[in-house]
Amino acid sequence: MKDHATLAEAFIQDEARTNWHDETLWFVRQKRDKAAHGLPEWEQLREWASQIKNHTLSHMDSYLEEFERNALANGVQVHWASDAAEHNRIIHDIIKKKGITRIVKSKSMLTEECHLNHYLEEQGVEVVDTDLGERIVQFRHEPPSHIVLPAIHLKKQDVSDTFHEYLHTEKGNNDPTYLTRAARVHLREKFIASELAITGVNFAVAETGGFVVCTNEGNADMGTHAANVHIACMGFEKLIPKASHLSVFLRLLARSATGQPVTTYSSHFHKPKPGQEMHIVIVDNGRSNILGKADFRNALKCIRCAACFNTCPVYRRSGGFSYHTAVAGPIGSILNPNFDPKKYADLPFASSLCGSCSNVCPVKIDIHDQLWKWRQELTKAGHVPLMKKIMMKGMAFVLGRPALYRFSGASARWVLRYMPFMVKFKINPWYKQREMPAPPKQSFREWYIQNKKK
Amino acid sequence: MSSRDQIFSAIRKNKPAAVPGVTPDLSVVIGYPDLLSQFSTVLTAIGGSCREVASAEDAKQFIASLDKGTFVIDTTAEHPSGLAQLSPAALASVDTAIIRGGVAVAENGSIWVTENEMVNRLLPFIAQQLILIINEKDLVPTMHQAYERISINETGFGVFIAGPSKTADIEQSLVIGAHGPCGMVAVIVRES
Ligand code: SF4
Repeated sequence: MKDHATLAEAFIQDEARTNWHDETLWFVRQKRDKAAHGLPEWEQLREWASQIKNHTLSHMDSYLEEFERNALANGVQVHWASDAAEHNRIIHDIIKKKGITRIVKSKSMLTEECHLNHYLEEQGVEVVDTDLGERIVQFRHEPPSHIVLPAIHLKKQDVSDTFHEYLHTEKGNNDPTYLTRAARVHLREKFIASELAITGVNFAVAETGGFVVCTNEGNADMGTHAANVHIACMGFEKLIPKASHLSVFLRLLARSATGQPVTTYSSHFHKPKPGQEMHIVIVDNGRSNILGKADFRNALKCIRCAACFNTCPVYRRSGGFSYHTAVAGPIGSILNPNFDPKKYADLPFASSLCGSCSNVCPVKIDIHDQLWKWRQELTKAGHVPLMKKIMMKGMAFVLGRPALYRFSGASARWVLRYMPFMVKFKINPWYKQREMPAPPKQSFREWYIQNKKK
Repeated sequence: MSSRDQIFSAIRKNKPAAVPGVTPDLSVVIGYPDLLSQFSTVLTAIGGSCREVASAEDAKQFIASLDKGTFVIDTTAEHPSGLAQLSPAALASVDTAIIRGGVAVAENGSIWVTENEMVNRLLPFIAQQLILIINEKDLVPTMHQAYERISINETGFGVFIAGPSKTADIEQSLVIGAHGPCGMVAVIVRES
């Protein structure tokens, strides 16, 4: 199993591409800022969202019961899955029972988490992903590299090559409009013929038993309204108590994700259309366990906007695949160790702990604090390689001793100035791909003391 | 024990101590001096277009003047009987759909459309072009007021539509017209 650092090293081989990735995501982050600053109540909105989610988590059982009751009354079939395997089996059973062969799926990170496509393929069932970015990576047999922008690791010439191969578009025509139109024609055929549409769920509303799906492309709606069976998959944490709460979350979601004021479509599903079957699969898959951990349960508030990805200096420069998991980025780094601490022990270290993720998070998850706590936990559990342990111990030792901290700071500044090769030495992974900054002549403390005397 | 029971018992065991709920105080929420101009500025910025008319009659005339292609379904006027049952394949050739919208939101350019008005759920998504007719008095500043005005479960399906469908999945270049309409026009009627 390759860890984050090793995988990131592969990603940064192509410097021009890494820079493009970095700058493009930073641009999305800036669009988010602009949208956020356009609302004087932005911080208040985040606070409301956070409180609504905290409240819901603490009453999860009664809200789930309320949701189930109302959904059943609406004529929707409700299924419960303890884990990924059960989720996949429930969906496959519906497919088998009805003899369905033509399936479309819009974006759902839960189905990625459960590896649904792969499972169904093994049963001889093909699923067509209909989000443009997801269709592109599906053709390429790659997973999405970003939860909102699945093909952000690709350039238009890659897409052009892929479409030339699978959709017979003109070779070398890299025009995004041309390529998008080709996918539109191809996927319209799939929508029209589809018998089953699978979607995710952005928000489920306890008081009405309905759920909301947000897209810009319209692919969730094209699928669900064309097919005679709709299966919506959700982790139980997608629940919110009331319809009026949707206003808080819809105002935050798209602004945080892409800087748009709202997604093109915010679709509210309550009842199947006449002659249609509607199913909801509610999944646990480790979530109830996270709910019991005071330090980490906050992560269940996530609305998957990816603002923490776009702002993260490590994600932007290492790409989604380096996280070797369905949900990458800062949120992935605090969620995944819950599922498999050993396999994902490297992820909480894929961070500079700058805290930018926590600052942009629309539901105020303490992401960088959790990253820090995970480092302690994983080290205690013996999942952390020796080198990192020594460095962490060294840090704790130095930070716990102010006099030594001042001395080592001064000596580090001296070393950086006079013997830079010491830190640029290969064993220090921080030096890879980085120029060390010119060291300041004074520490902040020295400067402060000097200037206070003046 | 069924999976349902297992999940519920794990949640009951692990959930944190009760945290009180919150009712947003709408007095701190942004307002706009001119709802119509805010709405049309945002809708135009997200790729839609906006036309204000004085009356329902003027709306008709304006829509008549637009290039709508050959296959038009107007659910505000007489439409094919059996529209609700029309197959996706038949709907695939719709050039323009004309539908009445409800509440319209100034902060984001979105319009609430329910199953009652669209008649066929697929219609507003599969048409190449979408025209929504709304009343100026149905403009509200933000989503908070919008949810106060609607019941999301009044019909089996309802949607906020903000402009034409779009994607930026290829190198972040914005392309209008992903899977849904390539164009979207809001016609705003001043008198009710
Ligand atoms: S953790 Fe916060 S910022 Fe990151 S995806 Fe979830 S909601 Fe968005």
